[in-house]
Amino acid sequence: MLWTRLSALVVKELLAAFRDKKARFALIMPPLIQVFLFAFAATMEVTNVPVGVVNQDWGAQSEQLISRFERASAFSEIRRYDSQADARAAIDRQEVMVVVQIGQDFSRKIAARETPDVSVLLDGRKSNSAQIVNSYLNTIISQFGTETFAPDKLNADSRIVERAWYNPNRDYRNAMVPVLIATLPMTMVLMMVGMSVARERELGTFEQLLVSPLQPLEIVVGKAAPGLLVGLGQCVIISGIVILLFGIPLLGSAAMLFLSLTVFLVAVIGIALFISSLVSTQQQAMMGIMLVMMPAMMLSGFSSPVQNMPDWLQPLALTNPLTHMLVIVRGLFLRDMPFWLVAQRIWPMAVVGMVTMGLAAWMFQRKVQ
Amino acid sequence: MSAPSGRWRRIRALIVKETRQVSRDPSSFVVAFVLPALLLFLFGFGISFDATRLKVGLVIEDPTPASREFLIALSNTPYFDVHESSDRRAFIDDLSAGKLNGVIVLAGDFSEKLARGDTAAIQVISDGSDPNTAALVTGYMQGAWASWREKRGLGAEAPPGQIEIKARFWFNPELQSRRFLVPGSISLIQMMIGSMLTALVVSREWERGTMEALLATPVGVVEFIIGKLVPNFVLGMIAMGVCVAASLFVFDIPLRGSFLVLTGFTAIFLMVALSIGLLISTVARTQFIASQIAMLVAFLPGLYFSGFLFEVASMPAPLRVFARVVPAYYYVPGLQTIFLAGDIWAVILPESLVLIVMAIALFTLTARKTRQRLD
Amino acid sequence: MTTLVAIDGLVKNFDASGPAAIDGLTTQIKSNQVTGLVGPDGAGKTTLIRLMAALLTPSDGVIKTCGFDTRDTPEPIRDVIGYMPQKFGLYEDLTVMENLTLYADLRGVVDPQRKDTFERLLAFTDLARFTNRLAGALSGGMKQKLGLACAMLRSPKLLLLDEPSVGVDPISRRELWRMVYTLIGEGVGVVWSTAYLDEAENCAEVIVMNAGRVLYQGDPKAMTATMAGRVFYARGAGAERREGLARALQNPDIVDGVMQGQTIRLVTAQGAPPPTPEILGVAAPVEIVATAPRFEDAFVAMLGGASKRTLSAQARRPVDETDAPSVEARGLTRRFGDFTAADHITFRIHRGEIFGLLGPNGAGKSTTFKMMCGLLRPSEGAALVDGLDLAKAPSAARARLGYMAQKFSLYGDLSVRQNLEFFAGAYGLSGARRRDAVARVVDAFDLTPHLNANAGGLPLGFKQRLALAAAIMHEPPVLFLDEPTSGVDPLTRREFWATINAMVGRGVTVMVTTHFMDEAEYCDRVALIYRGKAIATGAPEELQARVRSEKMPNPTLEDAFIALVEESDRQREAAA
Repeated sequence: MLWTRLSALVVKELLAAFRDKKARFALIMPPLIQVFLFAFAATMEVTNVPVGVVNQDWGAQSEQLISRFERASAFSEIRRYDSQADARAAIDRQEVMVVVQIGQDFSRKIAARETPDVSVLLDGRKSNSAQIVNSYLNTIISQFGTETFAPDKLNADSRIVERAWYNPNRDYRNAMVPVLIATLPMTMVLMMVGMSVARERELGTFEQLLVSPLQPLEIVVGKAAPGLLVGLGQCVIISGIVILLFGIPLLGSAAMLFLSLTVFLVAVIGIALFISSLVSTQQQAMMGIMLVMMPAMMLSGFSSPVQNMPDWLQPLALTNPLTHMLVIVRGLFLRDMPFWLVAQRIWPMAVVGMVTMGLAAWMFQRKVQ
Repeated sequence: MSAPSGRWRRIRALIVKETRQVSRDPSSFVVAFVLPALLLFLFGFGISFDATRLKVGLVIEDPTPASREFLIALSNTPYFDVHESSDRRAFIDDLSAGKLNGVIVLAGDFSEKLARGDTAAIQVISDGSDPNTAALVTGYMQGAWASWREKRGLGAEAPPGQIEIKARFWFNPELQSRRFLVPGSISLIQMMIGSMLTALVVSREWERGTMEALLATPVGVVEFIIGKLVPNFVLGMIAMGVCVAASLFVFDIPLRGSFLVLTGFTAIFLMVALSIGLLISTVARTQFIASQIAMLVAFLPGLYFSGFLFEVASMPAPLRVFARVVPAYYYVPGLQTIFLAGDIWAVILPESLVLIVMAIALFTLTARKTRQRLD
Repeated sequence: MTTLVAIDGLVKNFDASGPAAIDGLTTQIKSNQVTGLVGPDGAGKTTLIRLMAALLTPSDGVIKTCGFDTRDTPEPIRDVIGYMPQKFGLYEDLTVMENLTLYADLRGVVDPQRKDTFERLLAFTDLARFTNRLAGALSGGMKQKLGLACAMLRSPKLLLLDEPSVGVDPISRRELWRMVYTLIGEGVGVVWSTAYLDEAENCAEVIVMNAGRVLYQGDPKAMTATMAGRVFYARGAGAERREGLARALQNPDIVDGVMQGQTIRLVTAQGAPPPTPEILGVAAPVEIVATAPRFEDAFVAMLGGASKRTLSAQARRPVDETDAPSVEARGLTRRFGDFTAADHITFRIHRGEIFGLLGPNGAGKSTTFKMMCGLLRPSEGAALVDGLDLAKAPSAARARLGYMAQKFSLYGDLSVRQNLEFFAGAYGLSGARRRDAVARVVDAFDLTPHLNANAGGLPLGFKQRLALAAAIMHEPPVLFLDEPTSGVDPLTRREFWATINAMVGRGVTVMVTTHFMDEAEYCDRVALIYRGKAIATGAPEELQARVRSEKMPNPTLEDAFIALVEESDRQREAAA
């Protein structure tokens, strides 16, 4: 009996989601567009930027340094300026983000084995990109210095051996794209589940459900299960794209990823159901979803690390299921995260899921009476 | 009857009506006030690319005065929060769990090699799964290393082989990401009010059947459009004022340009956003569809292609071309310039021109597309 | 009297391939009178009104409103018409006064003239007490009056009203007519579209439309007169009257038949002899008397008569005699803060009875109905289905009742079959039992041709059938219907009640809410709910008898309804 009623609800919900051509399109296309948009647009890498140069040196050394900039793949072209004032104006106009100024005695000082100096002017309006460009320039210039002056003993007393684990080339795409396995299904599930109850209220079918022998808890489960199924389906599809199309390997266990995604989606569905238990129209549901979704996305480590947030904001980030799920996704994709570490991130999501589901069921029960 | 005075009276009546509705309808209120505040808050506090203190583990396999000196040098920099251990395994799990940003290993023969004059290796292992932070770990490490060497007296007399690099960040010497994120978020807020709210309020008229009643009155297309534009324009400008106040007093962001230029520049952008909203509403007859389209064509491109989160120049060529039709692509750099650099006309003028052209084109399209009938 | 709208060869196609919504229509609308626009759902009434208001562009032909061509010169038309769309066109988040001010500004009604206009309209609509109330918080009747006031601000030459009386109770409806007649006296031409045919009798002229064409235009009385000698009352069928009506409708000589309390109203085919008692096939002696025709008789006859389709016997197995559920309200009370929406309402519905909850908008009948369904918990008292308290054993009690909501709550994006399967599952039917249940209702309700169509795209009549099919899938002995035929045309309404009657004949107990008198006539007993109280309970005839007087020797149920409400008002005022 119970199973019959539940399966009827689930089948109906799935049919509603997939039967209509437009609805099917809305479930499939935007996530796909976002996957590709994100994979190519959301790069923190800086490439293709022009570099401004003010070369006041007449010697050969400075030209050699400049030719190294030209060869660097991050820079698209070298723009030369006659004076510092011109260069400044170019930064002001945002023609270039950075200007390297080579003093007039650069070559002479190198010949004399003195310390020549190079100034780098950066556009602080884009401090993030500018810092990255600065580090590129630093590397090029120091390397040039080391190679120009024969490395003597003093210089070689120690050296830094640098290695980036888990993602040796520090490839942004490897780091960013897997995250979509969590964020896109989250957006979709929030919308689908959060709106569905409100839509039924507007259509009047919700009363029809309440008058049937279905229990409030059964309605909650009947709304949650299809969301979970569709969400997991989307997770699988996006994982497939990430692994097969973008060639980002899944180092950790696929079973563990699936388990964590299930718990994560349950938590998200709990939130969506809770929203939908509070609202009575689709319009209100949509506003509620937006008010939850934006902070959930931004306070999760999705666009910048949680540790950079102010201390008082960090506890809030820890109540966000996405924060934990992102750690798991990154952990499992790039660095075979062990089970006990995954488990540490799973239980907070499970708590969120249980609390919100319980609240939603309680609210539905209350509304009926 | 359609004398000019009648026209103005009708426009005024529509504006009054619209204003009352925005202040009474909870969803308009959310879009006009709550979401902007939330966005400002999130971009001001929630997102930051300034990893001021990176958590690193320092593994000293052979504690000697030399390695201790290195630890002190490292701890003294403002960049690192250093944890120490003699066993690298202790840190591997933490790195894997994301609790550390990097691990620095001084091998067992570090002091010995240093003393012997051999090249001692300092191994820096960063967490590549966050490339941004990994780059910072390496970058800061280079700096710490240099200052350690200086302290050891090796760099004191400016050793040959070093080219001194003097880097200066203009406009934002403290390198606070908030300084460019907050002005960037203002563009999202303007889009939200300009496009989403406008699209919502027009589609609501269709949904609730009031459009039909309005169309049967002497209200013309232009009057209707103006009636919708003015209140939302004012709302957008108020939002800008609030954002500027929050930037100055809450987030400590300087306003180096003039308020007047900021207002004018924002007004132009807002016109573009408003006409996008109106254009959406000519297609969307329900609020749900309107908000979905607004999200897809106004909000997301503004987020991705305005250059305040992601560097457009680094994107593949087709996306770079696409970015050029996104209004925020022109607005955000100007906004950042006015806030951080000043009234640099060489930036603001051309960008304003492009935005004005966009506004005119979109308006013409909207006025043509807005139907005076139901079919 | 002048011609306000001249229509010549008008065609309107929304979809190039589909049928035309208006198909070669030629007619005229005159001033100083009410022109009724009647027809079944989808006849093209709304499209025609919108074309007159220049809100739609004609596909072909010419339509001139007040002398202006709607295709080329829509602007001047808007200055001279008043238009009230179906949803009244009010801003629900503005107050009554703000709505009026807005439309006054838009229509160019300025001071000093404005002050007088407002005073006049507010007095006229009796809204003066509510000027500061939000339009969204008004009752249906009040919204409608405000909508009308907004449309009349600038004394229009032509007033277009699109189904103004849908969802409005009889009292508000009468007031609306009173207001419209006042306008006629001032020289305005009114176009009133409606699916309620008793309203058509109030019009000086009617245009009967079907499938985008005009079937009849002229004096409704003339149309009614064509039915003279063809309308009869059959009295005395008693408990068998439902079966009697069903049998009579099968007779080729009978084109229409409806229930009026204990009486059956029969309409014979053109040239057919008067009906004999035998056609009812009932045991009790039946008396047949001729009676005066109504416009509705003529309308139904013109559209080909009531459907001869019968509900197949399998739709509902007879309810077991021993399974004799009763529905009972025991002192049902519901308070919202200080406000008592339902105040100690008590009634008992017997097996195989149709019981109606009647009342004006906002009187508390929905609240009562919701408590009976278990959608709302009573503050006091109990609602029982078959002795089961809905508050204490909700699941068991709900399993025994079928529920059909006002708006035919179906999943529009699911097919007919999927809807049925879902509702069967929701009531716990699985496997073979589900297949049987679906097959049974599909067969009984003739749904086979539409099985794979989306429920949202069905014609209204089929939607209603489907909603009913879904509600009785689990063969409940009790059926609750919430305003089942609101806004539905007479033909669809007849078909629906034929089905309900057949089910009642098989022992099903029915409770129905309505403010629609036709519907109340089908009930065995009705409870009149007013201001939260059941002010009268009894058979329709009993209520009519209660208000019979010299002034009203032959009151209709609607007259009885209004008289009883007014009497209650007088008593309350006297007490206060």
